[in-house]
Amino acid sequence: MLSRRIIPCLDVRDGQVVKGVRFRDHVVMGGIVDLALRYRDEGADELVFYDITASPEGRSVDRAWVEKVARVIDIPFCVAGGIRSVDEARAVLHAGADKISVNSPALARPALIDELAAAFGVQCVVVGIDSLRETDGEWRVRQYTGDPSKMQALPRRTLDWMEEVQQRGAGEVVLNCMDSDGVRRGYDLDQLSVARAICRVPLIASGGAGAPEHFRDAFVEADVDGALAASVFHSGAIAIPALKRYLHEHGVPVRR
Amino acid sequence: MSVVLVDAGGTNIGSVRYALQRLGVDAALTSDAATIRAADKVILPGVGAAGPGMARLRELGLVEVLRSLRQPVLGVCLGMQLLCTHSEEGDTECLGLIPALVRRFTEAPGLRVPHMGWNGLSILREHPLLAGLGEGEQAYFVHSYAVPTGDWTLAASDHGETFSAAIARNNFHGLQFHPERSGTVGAKLLRNFLEL
Repeated sequence: MLSRRIIPCLDVRDGQVVKGVRFRDHVVMGGIVDLALRYRDEGADELVFYDITASPEGRSVDRAWVEKVARVIDIPFCVAGGIRSVDEARAVLHAGADKISVNSPALARPALIDELAAAFGVQCVVVGIDSLRETDGEWRVRQYTGDPSKMQALPRRTLDWMEEVQQRGAGEVVLNCMDSDGVRRGYDLDQLSVARAICRVPLIASGGAGAPEHFRDAFVEADVDGALAASVFHSGAIAIPALKRYLHEHGVPVRR
Repeated sequence: MSVVLVDAGGTNIGSVRYALQRLGVDAALTSDAATIRAADKVILPGVGAAGPGMARLRELGLVEVLRSLRQPVLGVCLGMQLLCTHSEEGDTECLGLIPALVRRFTEAPGLRVPHMGWNGLSILREHPLLAGLGEGEQAYFVHSYAVPTGDWTLAASDHGETFSAAIARNNFHGLQFHPERSGTVGAKLLRNFLEL
């Protein structure tokens, strides 16, 4: 049986892993390779590295650390950050990343998703969606969320975008529910459940994990394939082996 | 021992190469026929689509070279599928070294394609490639097309249907999952291959 995945997310800024609350006020958590090895040893199923300032700064991800991670890590990892073209994606994949994730550049030019899927196959192409509920009750996407001064609200409805990215060739979707990000009150089960109903590819929950039961709820109630979290892992508030033991005891299939 | 990685444009070549380095083996990346023929072990990695993969092998003049090899050969992911007779993906004629037809996962409610993540391995046939592998140990998969089970199947996995996770026929071997990204399980199988 396919295991549900636990995915620590490492936000990268200036060559180090950082963590902010609601995308602001970043503090340094440690070195990229050190943290990657720590999570690998603890039993993480996959890692995601977001070069959070690449897109707002108009540059692509720094490939030197991608190669360093690829040399030492024997679990899959995905790299995101300002990948705007097939050539940039190829460089990141050739540096050793297993998947690339696009977010802001895909909103700016949706055909990027088609091009990446055609060049590398859908299994390499992850689309990240940053989504926020607005006062009219609709979830809409945000662009350039890595830098609060550059973040933009778009008229696009999250669910419309989720449908479109699948048609264009997304092989996986990471739905980051910004209302709950960094505040540790649990994943946005309402939004994830609605998204799950229209998502035919693997769906990864992001934003809000604070306790083991939040992971269980995302897997059991929203039926997501993976759950991504950052601060609870970086701070040591949740240890991955204990989390997996808890999930196993609650009937969620996990790799142990 | 000389180990070569066939450079057929797969994006996971770097990862496979690093995984071999972690086992103390420095594999050369090559598309040179003479180098491939002279190697003790040949690995055909691959991530991408079957059509472009075969087209690249043809352009490089490697189709007959690969078919004629007598030393142990290992195809990984798409590389394994290319060892088969035919792939539904782009209606592609493959190398024909394992008499299997590669098919897309059958659509079913709640079944997510690509099959992505860690899944258990069920051993169907004893083989040195799987030495030391425990029943149900997990490996990392990422694929939308799969090889059905048959005489060639060493280990199977499940995703809506049972499919081949590891195959072998004569000197040709294939792993549908990514040993280079499957932790200690993957390292064990790569080491087994190097010791064949």
